[in-house]
Amino acid sequence: MRVLGLDVGSRTVDAVWLEDGAAAESAVLDAGFAPQEVAAELVARRPVDRVVATGYGRHAAAERFGADVITEIGAYALGASRLFPEARSILDIGGQDTKVILFAAGGKVADFEMNDKCAAGTGRFLEVMARAFGVDVGEMAEEAIAADGSVAVSSMCTVFAESEVIGLLHRGEPRARIARGLHEAVVRRTLSSLHRVRARPPLVFAGGGARNAALVELVAAGIGGHVLVAPDPQTVGALGAALYGAALRGAAPLHQQAPEKEDI
Amino acid sequence: MSDAPVDYRPMWTDLGLDLEAHDLLLTAIPQLYADAYLSQQDRPEGMAYFDFVMSEIHGLRIKELVDHKAAGGTVIGTFCVYVPEEIIRALGGVSVGLCAGAEWAYDQVEQLLPRNTCALIKSAMGFKLGKVCPYVESADLVIGETTCDGKKKAWELLGEYAPVYVMELPQMKRPQDLAFWREELDRLVEKLEEVTGNTLTFEALQKATKEVNDKRRALQRLNAARAASPAPISGKDALLAVQVAFYDDVPRFTEMVNKIADELEQRVASGKGVATADAPRVLITGTPMSVPNWKVHDIVEKAGGVVVAEEMCTGSRYYDKLVSEDATTLEGAMDALAVKYLDVNCACFTPNQGRIDDVLRMAKEYKADGVLHYALQFCATYQIEATTVERSAQEAGLPVLRVDTDYSMEDVGQLSTRVEAFLEMLKA
Repeated sequence: MRVLGLDVGSRTVDAVWLEDGAAAESAVLDAGFAPQEVAAELVARRPVDRVVATGYGRHAAAERFGADVITEIGAYALGASRLFPEARSILDIGGQDTKVILFAAGGKVADFEMNDKCAAGTGRFLEVMARAFGVDVGEMAEEAIAADGSVAVSSMCTVFAESEVIGLLHRGEPRARIARGLHEAVVRRTLSSLHRVRARPPLVFAGGGARNAALVELVAAGIGGHVLVAPDPQTVGALGAALYGAALRGAAPLHQQAPEKEDI
Repeated sequence: MSDAPVDYRPMWTDLGLDLEAHDLLLTAIPQLYADAYLSQQDRPEGMAYFDFVMSEIHGLRIKELVDHKAAGGTVIGTFCVYVPEEIIRALGGVSVGLCAGAEWAYDQVEQLLPRNTCALIKSAMGFKLGKVCPYVESADLVIGETTCDGKKKAWELLGEYAPVYVMELPQMKRPQDLAFWREELDRLVEKLEEVTGNTLTFEALQKATKEVNDKRRALQRLNAARAASPAPISGKDALLAVQVAFYDDVPRFTEMVNKIADELEQRVASGKGVATADAPRVLITGTPMSVPNWKVHDIVEKAGGVVVAEEMCTGSRYYDKLVSEDATTLEGAMDALAVKYLDVNCACFTPNQGRIDDVLRMAKEYKADGVLHYALQFCATYQIEATTVERSAQEAGLPVLRVDTDYSMEDVGQLSTRVEAFLEMLKA
């Protein structure tokens, strides 16, 4: 059976095609201003038996393509569990939201937390800050890694933090130290979410945020251990959606058993 | 219930409403109602009464209040379940819960109150400042209470626009607190005797106590049916019944709710429901939801869940306890009122173990699969108590979703995702 998993997000539209349970192809496209058009392009790319949509635009996609839906929470847990069967938690830093999910063997969600209606602690937060620096997010992350220390950024509100950053630059603080402070601020917020859901290792890091080496380094330091970075971090949700679709028709069972470890 | 449309505009003008703003409100509410309520499948037939009540929310019911006043009666506005309706009724008054479930005239409100005030207080103030609530405009007296810091300070400001009387509610439930509360009820009687011109008698109070108890009994019957699987009525419809209980005519409401309860009992007997038997069952606990705040119930039920109980002031806290009808003297009847009303488990009390016990007991009785803790943003008491509720529910094996929100619709997308993920988790 051929299943397309679509993650229609705020910044990108991601796709994974499964054929008889194995990933055949994947794609990450910029969502632009018409994410459903981008999704339509992906749907037309290969013939499939079923489409499952997740992400911010899942319901619109369900209506347009007759797709089944699963939330990002459920999809990320399934995707992470396929990539790393021993994993028990996932951190996803996406364009507009950040979530942490605790799951049992096979990707069965046990608890989760998601940021509410603001961009604090999301990929968007770092994008806005990078813009204030006049660099891109990747460059800002490199500067953060190379920094000899950090400046504390106290505001987590994207709007206030931007003013704070500009103030720090005017005071002559080195950009690299501020950059590191910003990454630390995002990670601090993430760690408290991880503690609240009693996240357990191994922890998978996914979403666009997992492509940011500074975040990966700081999250690993924060949990005092190793972080499993998904090889293609933006497609974990799409993979989960596709796996969900494959299981809907009675393919491989979604939930399998494996031993548990202690809290992070 | 005649078919000819009635022009209520002269009445609204007489009450001092801002007609233009009021027209806007009266366009918005039916849309919200149609989207949340009329789109539902297999509603109990008896809910037609509530459709009618909602269509006449600022019409016929207000006309009844105006007529009641013309005949020498009074209208008393309240915001809280701690204000004993029995005393108001026994003194010839009609008790009405005041408007506070939508964002209204926030631009004016925020000139008086900090932006980070809870939505309930801002909304109550907004309906008054914006002159769009015929209930508050009909009220001879508005009774506030000291259930939180925000409210008790806001009443001072509301008092500049309406006649406000504030009751002091204790923060603990020790014997000395009950004694104080009992005296506070005497002070309320004194004030209401002054406003109504009537004197409280034992007979009138016993009659009112019986009537209000009957209203609670009817709601208890309606809600008891929700323990069945599949649920015979949506959470939204059950919530609406309690919301309307705050301002509808008491005997008529009781009769109509009993009819719905009859219908629900038949549904349960024949296994008919509004949701499938495998729909995740959710108990909602937290801060009250006044008309037209159906936001969270709507999200849960549109996502395929069913709300089976509300542990809140627009829920079990309103109807689950009765006032003893055994008193033989006015003093005794007042004592019974004091005992019942202090027994409501609001987060303004410390400690408040009774609420935790209620949540766990209700989750069992209503076979809830999970608990949704609902708190208005900036409501410190409920937001803090959420930690205790969450911990206790999880220890009892119940998954918990914490929702802190307000009356705006800007977080509906995010909230829907969280609720859907919660329901997926309950189903798995």
